[in-house]
Amino acid sequence: MTRYQLEVRVVPRTGLLDPPGKAIHHALHSLGYLGVEDVRVGKTIFLQIDAPSGREARGRAEEMCRKLLSNPVTEDYEVSVLGEGEVQDGTDS
Amino acid sequence: MKVVVVTFPGSNCDQDCHRAVELSGGEPRYLWHRERGLSDADAVILPGGFAYGDYLRAGSIARFSPAMEDVVAFARQGGPVMAICNGFQIACEAGLLPGALMRNRTVRFHSFDQYLRIETTDTMWTSAYEPGQILSMPVAHAEGNYEADPDTIDRLEEDGRVLLRYVDATGATSEEGNPNGSARSIAGIMNEQGNVMGLMPHPDRAMEAVVGSVDGRGVFQSLARHLNGPGAK
Repeated sequence: MTRYQLEVRVVPRTGLLDPPGKAIHHALHSLGYLGVEDVRVGKTIFLQIDAPSGREARGRAEEMCRKLLSNPVTEDYEVSVLGEGEVQDGTDS
Repeated sequence: MKVVVVTFPGSNCDQDCHRAVELSGGEPRYLWHRERGLSDADAVILPGGFAYGDYLRAGSIARFSPAMEDVVAFARQGGPVMAICNGFQIACEAGLLPGALMRNRTVRFHSFDQYLRIETTDTMWTSAYEPGQILSMPVAHAEGNYEADPDTIDRLEEDGRVLLRYVDATGATSEEGNPNGSARSIAGIMNEQGNVMGLMPHPDRAMEAVVGSVDGRGVFQSLARHLNGPGAK
């Protein structure tokens, strides 16, 4: 069993209004950053998953995205495997 | 009518809903989110609040609580479910209603009295109102911006499942009459079978003149009339 570090990025679906992104866009403009074309705000969720393979860990994370971590009506998600390490006995698994 | 009010950790309108049922001649009972059992229920209310702190997304964690399994089964069997504010968010997350409630266009928490227009009275939730009636009820939310894909919204409109819209003081839909930016000013909808209603405004907080409005009474009266049969008042 290997312990995988995964990053899940959840972002508002392109084309949907993203009010926080819009507010930040306005704020950046008023600070003088006029070249900013678009701002979208999402969230990043870090997971540690013990699994026999990276593929399996990613599969589980994607299932979590569909069930809980993202809203299929308004958000898209992206899962990346950041790193992996040995699972040591006696750790908080 | 026996009405079960589900209390989640973070619910804050469960007592308002309990009282609203009492004021409408019904028998309310609380159900803690970890408890099961709706066999005695004629209807269920998912109240407003901040269930599970609204962590991740409003309603996203609440929908997996044990009580919600029973609520979903109850709704699938045709049991009436009234989902108010945070309850509406939970019902959308649970798939009982289509669409989602996104952050208000203003990126602010809205807490004020809002004008609403009754769009259809041919439902178990709105039969006590007049078509086109203008109401005033409190709204209190940060995520009330109703969104769904255009086909879904067209279907809601065609089926007469948009029950309430945000309007301005003249009773017209307009930019300023729709502060949270909801698609087509939608404030309340029901599912295809008509037994699940979700709305962001608070009929439960508009039950007594002393709090500023009695315009919410019609929702509870409509439900009571539906459950007690046409002969009852």
